[in-house]
Amino acid sequence: MRKKLQVEAIRQGTVIDHIPAGQGIKILDRLQLLDSNASITVGFNLPSKDQSHKDIIKVTSRMLTEQEANQLALFAPTATINVIDNYEVVDKFKMALPESLQGAFSCPNSNCITHNEPVDTHFSLREHKGDVRLKCRYCEKSFSKDIVAEL
Amino acid sequence: MENRLYKRDIISIADFNRNDLELVLETAAELKNSPRPDLLKGKVIASCFFEASTRTRLSFETAVQRLGGTLIGFSDAGNTSAKKGETLADSVNIISSYTDAFVMRHPQEGAARLASEFSSVPVINGGDGSNQHPTQTLLDLFSIRECQDKLDGLKVAFVGDLKYGRTVHSLAQALCHFGAEFTFIAPKALAMPDYILEELDEKGIKYRFSDSIEETAPQVDIIYMTRVQKERFDETEYKHIASRYILDVDSLKEAKDNLKILHPLPRVDEIAVEVDKTPYAYYFQQAENGVYARQALLALVLNEVV
Ligand SMILES: [Zn+2]
Repeated sequence: MRKKLQVEAIRQGTVIDHIPAGQGIKILDRLQLLDSNASITVGFNLPSKDQSHKDIIKVTSRMLTEQEANQLALFAPTATINVIDNYEVVDKFKMALPESLQGAFSCPNSNCITHNEPVDTHFSLREHKGDVRLKCRYCEKSFSKDIVAEL
Repeated sequence: MENRLYKRDIISIADFNRNDLELVLETAAELKNSPRPDLLKGKVIASCFFEASTRTRLSFETAVQRLGGTLIGFSDAGNTSAKKGETLADSVNIISSYTDAFVMRHPQEGAARLASEFSSVPVINGGDGSNQHPTQTLLDLFSIRECQDKLDGLKVAFVGDLKYGRTVHSLAQALCHFGAEFTFIAPKALAMPDYILEELDEKGIKYRFSDSIEETAPQVDIIYMTRVQKERFDETEYKHIASRYILDVDSLKEAKDNLKILHPLPRVDEIAVEVDKTPYAYYFQQAENGVYARQALLALVLNEVV
């Protein structure tokens, strides 16, 4: 069978592959990719060898910051990030859950001091029974990742 | 014992290891036996209460005075620049530049941790919203050690509002260092939160649930009572709940001889006044101990050797 690319190849940029189906749209939103000038190609619900269905996002001429990659790990722990230069994958990495996240999300606790003061939020992450819990450095409350990221 | 608390911020009981806790309790016991009016001589302590809390403030301020320190500060944020919209970060930055330590209370969770990042001197948390109140936990531990002559392997029952009671959460966490066993007695709506139970599970701490003080009293060394706030229930529901979570003399018929009852105070009606005269009551000594626990903490934070 002839292999055919589902989504066109890009010359330079980032390909976020193996996103769990359905999460792609959230990633676009979360990383505010649509607000940038980068041209974006997306594929939703594509057939995937190991996941049955996946989403894929290709962003031209743009690299992800470490912060963005960390946020991705939260939404799409199975995703891979491919850095493309001249149509070739020059770097490829799997998502790993970071130990902490700074400035990425606001604290769900409305009485947390971080809402009124000149500081970045700071969560430490840990896995608990298949969920990721984020603990606020300031108010010390723990939240499921779904609450923090408003999934 | 090495003083790891010297120049440290005191924000959360979770920052203390067993040695730190023992050092504070040991020092508190020494200061209770022999006063040291010189330990804070020449030191200026800020006592900044962005939210009024008369008991905690008086207890801290007494502790400073008894150690020979000087106080500046305010007892509620009403007339301060915080009211005019100054950030806490700026207030702390400025006030800490005048002083040797910064004692604070604030209505928002995380305020003390944040303050510690903007303060040039050690910050001592006197309560931040529903989050932490580490000196309350230290005085609770000190009182438990004092009335039981030990801290290891005690059986402790917590009664009342275990959901919102931060003193309960912190004390349970601190007692984990000493291999305690817990019984939780609370209405369903005010049960111990899951995240605390998960922590106990992870540490291998034994706990059970009960709905009877009377049945629990013969099995435990400490009963830690808390107040069930009326506002959280409608009237009939409250009456029903209150009747089950009130400690009276009858419920202590079979109690162990060494049982002691603690309460962070103020009490409303959850401990019948008749209990005050029994040998089990220890809550007034507990309140007095607040001054010694706070003295110990201030002394250790501001002196390398005490
Ligand atoms: Zn928070």
